Amino acid sequence: MAEQMIETLHSGADPEPIRFLDDEGNYAPTATAAAYADELAAVGVDDFKQWYRDMVGTRAFDTECTHLQRQGQLALWVPSVGQEGCQVGLARASEPQDHIFPAYREHAVAKIRGVDFVNLAAQFRGLTHGGWDVTDPANGNFHLYTLVLGAQTQHATGYALAQLLDAKRAAGDASLEAGEAATPTGDATMVFYGDGTSSQGDANEAMIFAASYQTPEVFVVQNNRWAISVPVARQSRTPLYRRALGFGIRAVQIDGNDPLAAYAVGRRFLREARTGGGPGYIEALTYRIGAHTTSDDPTRYRAAGELEEWQQRDPIARLEAHLRSLGVDDAFFAEVAEAADREAKRVRDAILALPAPDADSMFANVYSEEHPRIEEQREWLDRYEASFMEETA
Amino acid sequence: MSANQTSTVTTLTERATLPMARAINEGLRAAMAADDRVLLMGEDIGPLGGVFRVTDKLQADFGSARVLDTPLAEAGIIGSAIGLAMRGYRPVIEIQFDGFIFPGFNQIVTQLAKLTSRHDGRVPMPVVIRVPYGGHIGAVEHHQESPEAYFAHTPGLRVVAPSTPNDAYWMIQQAIQSNDPVLFFEPKAKYWMKGEVDPAGAPGELHRSRIARVGTDCTVVGHGAMVTTLLQAAEVAQNEGTSLEIVDLRSLSPIDFGPLLDSVRKTGRLVVAQEAQGNASLGSEIAAHVAEHAFYSLQAPVLRVSGYDVPFPPARLEGIYLPDADRVLEAVDRTMHY
Repeated sequence: MAEQMIETLHSGADPEPIRFLDDEGNYAPTATAAAYADELAAVGVDDFKQWYRDMVGTRAFDTECTHLQRQGQLALWVPSVGQEGCQVGLARASEPQDHIFPAYREHAVAKIRGVDFVNLAAQFRGLTHGGWDVTDPANGNFHLYTLVLGAQTQHATGYALAQLLDAKRAAGDASLEAGEAATPTGDATMVFYGDGTSSQGDANEAMIFAASYQTPEVFVVQNNRWAISVPVARQSRTPLYRRALGFGIRAVQIDGNDPLAAYAVGRRFLREARTGGGPGYIEALTYRIGAHTTSDDPTRYRAAGELEEWQQRDPIARLEAHLRSLGVDDAFFAEVAEAADREAKRVRDAILALPAPDADSMFANVYSEEHPRIEEQREWLDRYEASFMEETA
Repeated sequence: MSANQTSTVTTLTERATLPMARAINEGLRAAMAADDRVLLMGEDIGPLGGVFRVTDKLQADFGSARVLDTPLAEAGIIGSAIGLAMRGYRPVIEIQFDGFIFPGFNQIVTQLAKLTSRHDGRVPMPVVIRVPYGGHIGAVEHHQESPEAYFAHTPGLRVVAPSTPNDAYWMIQQAIQSNDPVLFFEPKAKYWMKGEVDPAGAPGELHRSRIARVGTDCTVVGHGAMVTTLLQAAEVAQNEGTSLEIVDLRSLSPIDFGPLLDSVRKTGRLVVAQEAQGNASLGSEIAAHVAEHAFYSLQAPVLRVSGYDVPFPPARLEGIYLPDADRVLEAVDRTMHY
């Protein structure tokens, strides 16, 4: 009965998720991928090698941070293992002028945009609630991680609205009327979240605002099938991309473990956003191979067979198979593995060497402008701490 | 927005007697004319001019790309404003009624208030949230509340409430100029109260309190619409031989305690009056602070006059719920005879 109702609510069968590489890494585009194939026209083996390097480097970093947590050096870690494929493809599809609003598991995107892995780990070592300077061009317009699920979707929509208003001003257009067409902006905003967050009101309101104002924005939902211990079937009775369609936002499903699909669709949707095509929505079907965090225990809620099934679809193995089919040999893979280990070692040492924050930093930037209560408490703490120095002197 | 379009906007240049709603409107117009990064966002603020008409004709003056009628979703409005601020805009949000700020509470408290700190001060958050607040208008549920304390409790936010048209005109401009988030509580019961507005110069800084009436026997402090009630109480008390000094807080976070402490040191007595429920309220903080810093000057315990610790009642009961001049004077009598 319920199944029938859902069938009726759907306007038709769901198209096959877009993909170019099958589970074994063979180049075997789906019928749905054909429309995006031209986005890959300028991409060649050197690009694929770079993407592979991105994925392997991220996994080595994830592994290192998990070790650091087990050794008591990080309070928590949020691994991205299994999700590197869509992250790398989408990050490589973005242009330097675009802005990225992550959730908190987009390590590969951060690295590709220019954020040092060391700074991603600083928050999890308890040193900061931020970690990098979003105003520094070296960090690639990659905004801070957001831990209240979905809050960043609205910041992204507001940011994209600002991109739209900037473009209107440059064109001398002082109006923003209900129902008007999108405006070309030249830059776009991409926001990441997950299947669990898709249930949050904020994420839904963000789509309402994006559709209303036709913001230059791409929503990326990494549907990794699990919100900690709760399966995606608890979040939604409809494929998530259909929700976006309901808001009037064009939306597709991609194979989230195929970086080629992520790149091709991401590139298309970002370009459409930049050129007055309005917002888009990409549901990347992937899997959280690891735990939600290092505090999680997936064996309590996931069947072992499911994990093994998805390990067979590992995005790294898939791209490796594709590279080998293009004639890339063992020497390359050995070099990438060695470089990833070297970088993980550098990151590990640098994380351990990060300076502890001083107490004054608690007070330093609560406000942009002077605030008497903050100043009073800052001075009191100075005196209080100094009093111990006098006692020991 | 071209300079020409802005220059055709007529801002207030001469002293005028205006109702508070119009004074805020003129303040918004002046702020928008002075800085084209200032945007207005909210529900029904365009052609309608807002349900209280505070944004009357501003969309006609500045265009629909600077006065944005939004979808009906407070979290979306505030969350979008954060993104706009990240790119250098200065959004001024209208929340339609006090009780409707709560769908946006998460974005204010977990995001807006913390992002300056999370960005190590590199990304200011110049967002103003205008909230028509308080009772006395006989309205339905969620339309008469005083939620200031929730925001005053939150680090990273500034909270102010004008009590006169001139303060409203100036304080809204000062709030917009601030690089920090400001909750701007507008006493909706006083939207139609007229007073002289002087565009020549601000009466003081945004976060300064003010002595609204000089007296000698007992200090009474309040903010927003309560200040009018306190001034009425002072008239009655004067006729009965008691001289009340009235302090208008103006700023609720930070609180400018200096003039209040000076007043208490002079009078030796303090009554705190507020429309909000008294439990864990601004009045609680003021009473504690004054007890700590003016203990030896106090002739009697600090007394609080507040709404009862119940949900804001149906409008037929608001006259009993809301502190009026009689309840203020009852507390004054108690402190005078302590």
